[in-house]
Amino acid sequence: MKAKIHVTLKQGILDPQGKAIEHALDSLGFQNAGNVRVGKYMEVDVNETDRAKADAQVKQMCEKLLANTVIEEYRYELG
Amino acid sequence: MNIGVVVFPGSNCDHDCEYIFKDVLGQSVKMIWHKDTLPAGLDAVVLPGGFSYGDYLRTGAIARFSPVMGGVKEFAREGRLVIGICNGFQILLEAGLLPGVMLRNTSLNFICKDVYVKVENAATRFTNRCESGQVLKIPIAHADGNYYTDPVTLAGVKANAQVIFRYCTADGKVTAEANPNGSLDNIAGIMNADGNVLGMMPHPERSAETVLGNEDGRLIFLSMLSAFGKSEQQSRLVGV
Repeated sequence: MKAKIHVTLKQGILDPQGKAIEHALDSLGFQNAGNVRVGKYMEVDVNETDRAKADAQVKQMCEKLLANTVIEEYRYELG
Repeated sequence: MNIGVVVFPGSNCDHDCEYIFKDVLGQSVKMIWHKDTLPAGLDAVVLPGGFSYGDYLRTGAIARFSPVMGGVKEFAREGRLVIGICNGFQILLEAGLLPGVMLRNTSLNFICKDVYVKVENAATRFTNRCESGQVLKIPIAHADGNYYTDPVTLAGVKANAQVIFRYCTADGKVTAEANPNGSLDNIAGIMNADGNVLGMMPHPERSAETVLGNEDGRLIFLSMLSAFGKSEQQSRLVGV
């Protein structure tokens, strides 16, 4: 099973990279672009056929390593 | 004093720390590869600066799972001294030995320059040779030094006098202009509640001997020695 994992900064956490990109978009003429947030996308193959087990494992991966839940949130799809 | 300096793949201030403790202060130092276990008989452990694991994922996020870190956590739980400098501080945060996280500097720049920090608490095992409120000039060199934690944790850390260093002006004023990286409350260094684990972004090992033109950082290491009732030995470098 493949997990497709998105890790993003929580709302309210300053994202200096997002701000810099927003300014760049603005200077390119995209004045209607706003609130740019930069995140991470990861794919992980999980050698597990039981969907519930795979789900529990990916959740643990996110909690323990892939996201720092003080500042980040995560979501994933299993397929 | 027996000091252990942990070496992660990507550490680059490990030998600077060894040099200060061994050659400048005359103490015994062991270098500990991150895959080894912590040797017995250490008085303090140093997590040095650098770019452990290339800062992949998040700074310090992968180093915290190095085999040696189990021993470092145990060492800290026993109340013994652990100091994390720059990347070492980031590792201590990721390992949960100190509260909070590091965000990217608000400027997005890697900043390498001398800064001033104010000693907010001089009654610690890392700052007992400083005066309360003393201003130290120590260099920083980081891209991710923007300290952040949630408001509840921050209130606890402040109430408990765990904020040890804050970025300030040369005359000790803690202002927004003196904050190089956007750190919450100008925080440059914090300690755990038990007072035996310190993390700081500035590099005291880069400002700890006369020949470097700045000895302010030496006070941190001398404080650690004092906490063990030791003083610096005749430096091997005297007269060189």
